[in-house]
Amino acid sequence: MSLTLLLLLALGLGLAGWLAARARAWSFRRASPNGRLASLPTYHAWYVALWIILPVLIFVGIWSAIAPGLITQAVLTAPAADQLPAFGFQRQTILNEARAVATGAAQGVFNPLAREFVEPYREAIGRYNWIGVIVTLAIAFLGGVYAFLRLKPDFAARNRVEKIVMAILLGASLVAILTTLGIFVSLVFETIRFFGMVNPIDFLFGLHWGPDPMSNAENPDSSRYGAIPLFWGTLFIGAIIAMIVAIPLGLMSAIYLTQYANPKFRAWVKPALEILAGVPTVVYGYFAALTIAPAIRDFAISLGASSASSESALAAGLVMGVMIIPFVSSMADDSIAAVPQAMRDGSLAMGATTNETIRRVLVPAALPGIVAGVMLAISRAIGETMIVVMAASTAANLSANPLDSMTTVTVQIVAMLTGEGSFDHPATLSAFALGFVLFLVTLGLNFIALRVVKRFREAYE
Amino acid sequence: MSEQIAPTRTPVFEARLKKRYAAEKRFRTMGLGAIVFSITVLLYLLGTMTLNGIGGFQRAEVAVPIDFTQAGISADPAVMDSSGAMQSLEDQGLPQVVQYFADEALGEEGAAQIGGQAWRDVAAAIAADPGIVERQETFWLPASANLASGYEGEGSQEMQALAASLAAEGKLEKNFDVGFFSRADATNPQQVGIWGALKGSILTMIVTLALAFPIGVLAALYLEEYAPKNKWTDVIELSINNLAAVPSIIFGLLGLAVFLTVFPNFRSAPLIGGMTLALMTMPVIVIAGRNAIKAVPPSIRDGALAVGASPVQVVFHHVLPLALPGILTGTIIGMARALGETAPLLMIGMRAFVASPPDDFTSPATVLPMQIFLWSDEIDRGFVERTSAAIIVLLLFLLVMNGLAIYLRNKFEKKW
Repeated sequence: MSLTLLLLLALGLGLAGWLAARARAWSFRRASPNGRLASLPTYHAWYVALWIILPVLIFVGIWSAIAPGLITQAVLTAPAADQLPAFGFQRQTILNEARAVATGAAQGVFNPLAREFVEPYREAIGRYNWIGVIVTLAIAFLGGVYAFLRLKPDFAARNRVEKIVMAILLGASLVAILTTLGIFVSLVFETIRFFGMVNPIDFLFGLHWGPDPMSNAENPDSSRYGAIPLFWGTLFIGAIIAMIVAIPLGLMSAIYLTQYANPKFRAWVKPALEILAGVPTVVYGYFAALTIAPAIRDFAISLGASSASSESALAAGLVMGVMIIPFVSSMADDSIAAVPQAMRDGSLAMGATTNETIRRVLVPAALPGIVAGVMLAISRAIGETMIVVMAASTAANLSANPLDSMTTVTVQIVAMLTGEGSFDHPATLSAFALGFVLFLVTLGLNFIALRVVKRFREAYE
Repeated sequence: MSEQIAPTRTPVFEARLKKRYAAEKRFRTMGLGAIVFSITVLLYLLGTMTLNGIGGFQRAEVAVPIDFTQAGISADPAVMDSSGAMQSLEDQGLPQVVQYFADEALGEEGAAQIGGQAWRDVAAAIAADPGIVERQETFWLPASANLASGYEGEGSQEMQALAASLAAEGKLEKNFDVGFFSRADATNPQQVGIWGALKGSILTMIVTLALAFPIGVLAALYLEEYAPKNKWTDVIELSINNLAAVPSIIFGLLGLAVFLTVFPNFRSAPLIGGMTLALMTMPVIVIAGRNAIKAVPPSIRDGALAVGASPVQVVFHHVLPLALPGILTGTIIGMARALGETAPLLMIGMRAFVASPPDDFTSPATVLPMQIFLWSDEIDRGFVERTSAAIIVLLLFLLVMNGLAIYLRNKFEKKW
């Protein structure tokens, strides 16, 4: 793989530059009368090494993004390119097949036309690999020589290196902003394309969800893109059923652990709850689909509910609630711990029992923090994917019966994007619009919750 | 005159106190009940997975004694060492030999329940030890999925009867399946393995670690040590806190819209998966890193500055080494989360059927949680046990990682 090769090359050259510059600095030191340099030899070494590695890394990053395009362009100048379909899926398949054979990833081609392209591919890949290596060497050489020639006994190498380090630190923290921006821009971009095809009013307030990825993309039926059943399913599973399980259990666990349990019990139980939080969601999903859902269906049928579905909202919601318990518990734990001890002592001194103190003093005082924790828990539950993908259904039902099958926003995102639909179809794009709604809602919940927590902490500090 | 103080312990009071104590007891029991419930669910979950999973590490195999002295197959050690071993044995009619001896040992009906690829296991054994062809040897070959489910007491009546009769003769057994740890995905539950997915997970985690750890640590250092108090810093902090709470599936949408547009050829490669998970893990590392850096007392910084260190030297020579255990703990926890993550990878196409372990960072791969998801979708009953076995492996990995994090925290945590 040429990418790995280029990176190794960059590191090797950097090491060579490092060693050469250090030797150079040592020779300055020996030559100078008092044996002193403006900076230590190591800083001279790092200065040269950074001047070699950083430009090369930037080049490799850009190159690995544009090289495939250049290679394809070169291949398309081959004589056989006239016979290719003008665009679309088949053209891509033929080219991919030819490339796979040329790089040795596949043994032979299925499509006879692809054979024509194997040789051009091999040639173009070889040529561009060489160009990549040569440019890498040239950049490394230029950078290294430029830096090396600047080394002098009174050269302030440390200040330069530190300036570069500071720039790298700033760059690293900008990655977070770039990621946020990237999420926002890509979601907004695709959502606008979606709303160009489907009326936003129909999407946000329509009551019927049933996109057909095979329908004509030019003239989509807006009335099939009503997302209200999805929003309802998401809220019903994530914010109602899951919270009915998680809030009482999580809150009571936190209260027992902080107020009643002896330290030894606490030392054992807390890690166990953390294990519950650390179980991957795909395992919960499997558990829900394999064990809980059939049990609930059988139970419902034995009660006489003949329409009970094996993909009921109840199964997904219950398991999601169990997943959220440790989260609620640890948030409640923190909020209760933040209530000043004096309030608790005061209440106990007046003769209140422990549970009266907890219910009438501690919990009301900690309420803002607990509410914020519940909001964070809801935001986590509605964004949870694997449990609902595996245990809930893909059929959108607007119903208040927990035994009915229901679908959620995340299930539909997965369903729309893992199908065979084309990227220009409104059904596929609807996944981005749903993702955008999900992003905004979770962002809003988190923003408010963090605000509340902050203000609440300040109130007692 | 002195007023008589009314006795406090009136019957009404006593009754009320009794009620209050009863309420206290009820409340306490409810708290304990909540904990017991959570722990019970955890134990039940782990118990179901373990019980199911034990079977998943085994497979039903059929005994086939092969007398090579009659078969006339030659195994030249020089050929057997080369990559042409399989081809050579196939040309010499090994598949027919295996078929013949299977017919002999099991009868026609039983022999039909040995997979058509079973001779490859025999061939591999010969390639490993060419001396076998001089003697008689009994091979345990994988039974077909039908026979395996018959052995479990499921499936069709004939298969159950056949399995029972073979088992009674001692020719059908469930054996520990070593190959489960060296094979990749397959369509037949008897032939699947998790090494393919495990290797995909390892490659993906390497990419994630290589990106998220340096970026996360450097960002944490900048925010905690150097960032000026201004709007830009607030924006950076806000976006990191928000990224930590964004649902993981949104990162998948980002990977799909950005990474796969820039690198369309690397669909379902560990490189793209690792990059997507790195964006998700980075905020976790930043937040853990900042807490660890904050815990280093200011006196360390003042001392270093006082003897003439530059601000960069203070941080890289003194603060970072002291904060490193805390940062590592946070990193391991973040990596454990990334290892168990499925949803974002589902978005970027790592759900393809990959029948061989990935060779490098750019070849198509799947990861362990994704393999669990794919197997859980299979209709064949044999996959239920395999899925649970894969879950046990995944949970063991997570347990080791979290255990390591706790160990590091306890060993290196300093109270200043």
